[in-house]
Amino acid sequence: MTMPIASLKGIIAGYNDEPVLRNIGLEVFANDFIGVIGPNGGGKTTLIKVLLGILKPFKGTVEFPSGKIKIGYLPQASQIDKSFPISVKEVVQSGLQPHNKWNPVLSARQKQKVVKLLNESGLQALAKRPIGSLSGGQLQKVLLCRALINEPDLLVLDEPNTYVDKNFEYELYQWLKELNKSMAIILVSHDIGTISSMVKTIACVNGDLHYHPSNTISAELLQVYKCPIDLIAHGPIPHRVLKKH
Amino acid sequence: MTGLIELFSYSFFQNAIMAALITSVLAAMVGTYIVSRKIVFITDGITHSSFGGIGLAYFLGINPFFGAAFFAVLSALGIEWVSHRGKLREDSAIAIIWSLGMAVGIIFVFITPGYTPDLMSFLFGSILSVGYADLMVMLVLTVVTALFMGIFYRPVLYSAFDAEFSKIMGVPVAFFRYMMSFIIAMAIVVSIRSMGIILVLSLFTIPQATSMLFSHNFRRIVLISMIFGLTGSLVGLFSAYSFNIPSGAAIIFTLTIQYLLFKLLFWIRSLIAIN
Ligand SMILES: Nc1ncnc2c1ncn2[C@@H]1O[C@H](COP(=O)(O)OP(=O)(O)O)[C@@H](O)[C@H]1O
Ligand SMILES: [Mg+2]
Repeated sequence: MTMPIASLKGIIAGYNDEPVLRNIGLEVFANDFIGVIGPNGGGKTTLIKVLLGILKPFKGTVEFPSGKIKIGYLPQASQIDKSFPISVKEVVQSGLQPHNKWNPVLSARQKQKVVKLLNESGLQALAKRPIGSLSGGQLQKVLLCRALINEPDLLVLDEPNTYVDKNFEYELYQWLKELNKSMAIILVSHDIGTISSMVKTIACVNGDLHYHPSNTISAELLQVYKCPIDLIAHGPIPHRVLKKH
Repeated sequence: MTGLIELFSYSFFQNAIMAALITSVLAAMVGTYIVSRKIVFITDGITHSSFGGIGLAYFLGINPFFGAAFFAVLSALGIEWVSHRGKLREDSAIAIIWSLGMAVGIIFVFITPGYTPDLMSFLFGSILSVGYADLMVMLVLTVVTALFMGIFYRPVLYSAFDAEFSKIMGVPVAFFRYMMSFIIAMAIVVSIRSMGIILVLSLFTIPQATSMLFSHNFRRIVLISMIFGLTGSLVGLFSAYSFNIPSGAAIIFTLTIQYLLFKLLFWIRSLIAIN
């Protein structure tokens, strides 16, 4: 039970030989709900990409001590080309693990699964629509469905609250709370105010990483680690700080 | 009218119609991929670089088709590799390949002794002189492309839409991207024969622009582009013959008029809808 499902150790990573992350460690446990905060350009997305294995770190290791896990990923809005001619249904289907990577045919059961998830999330009427015709919130919902269709053990969301209205944001957070009962969640946001109330722990990324093993945040602590304070959270928010490796 | 019917009995005209038909189908499939992935500029670079191969082939006295194919495929894979590695700016890489190809081509054509008879046809295209062997090459490539994009529709679409996500899902993204780069290069090269280097890319983009007035579904854009590509090519072909103007230019002109016409119709329709 104490074994992490994902473990990053001594990560140095960046682009074109320029390190963005300097010696970072992070452990993710099965029922975690980690809020990742930090200033723009601090390396939050870079950290996620290292965890997902899309970006090879210069140094350090990414391990999955309890065996291979399924990761659902909702990328930052800027990474999605909204004008690409692809339908809502096709996007969600692209989240299915193919039985055989060379055999792209979907089974009847898989197709059914997609229809079921679209119904549950209220997207059935939009299934055939091109993603270019969706609102910001609708698109995020579609991308969340794509991340969930494969029933992940760990769900990673990179700033899912950009370009969405408050209603959707509320709906999303309710949804995440429910999902957290069956999977670990990493939620990246530049807005600490909205996430501090719902996450269990907080990690602050700004070149290096400070992990608060609870969601209690004091203004002093954030200042010490140069984390951004959009809003100082009130009340008991737990905290855990990892020492540098 | 009898002149028109008589025209069909000439084998050169039958070949031209076949070429228009096959090229429309090929350009519809490949062009939709190009436009969707927004790699029109990259493709333009590949197209122009192939001139280097044509020049080299003239110099060596071999079939210019092989020279063009060699340069185009090498450029396409090279650009994909550069964008993959991200060490060099992609647009710089394209500019270098583009300029180098054109320069090498001009130099070789210049130092090749004697007259280079169909150089102009490579620059401006000549669909009316397409031969049986050209048609066969086009047909084989079109069938291979249709099979590849048909069988692997999903992974091709997914890795074009969101490469990173597809990689996480275990899709062999690099394989599909390189394969499509190869197909793009070959499709351009076989179409240069009839459309010419300068105009060929229009055949891969204008029918798509027209189609996207009607649909934003990848498959449907392919199908509608086939129809628009074909109607535009045929009307262009007849005009070229009737008015004795270059066929490539006539076809692209028709495709463009076709686009503007539909654009206008959609615009009028939206005006009516508002009132
Ligand atoms: N593909 C890339 N190539 C080069 N530099 C990049 C790339 N992606 C991000 N960076 C740089 O790395 C730093 C961290 O970026 P990122 O991880 O996206 O930050 P965050 O998600 O916290 O806003 C920034 O300075 C950014 O400019
Ligand atoms: Mg980011």
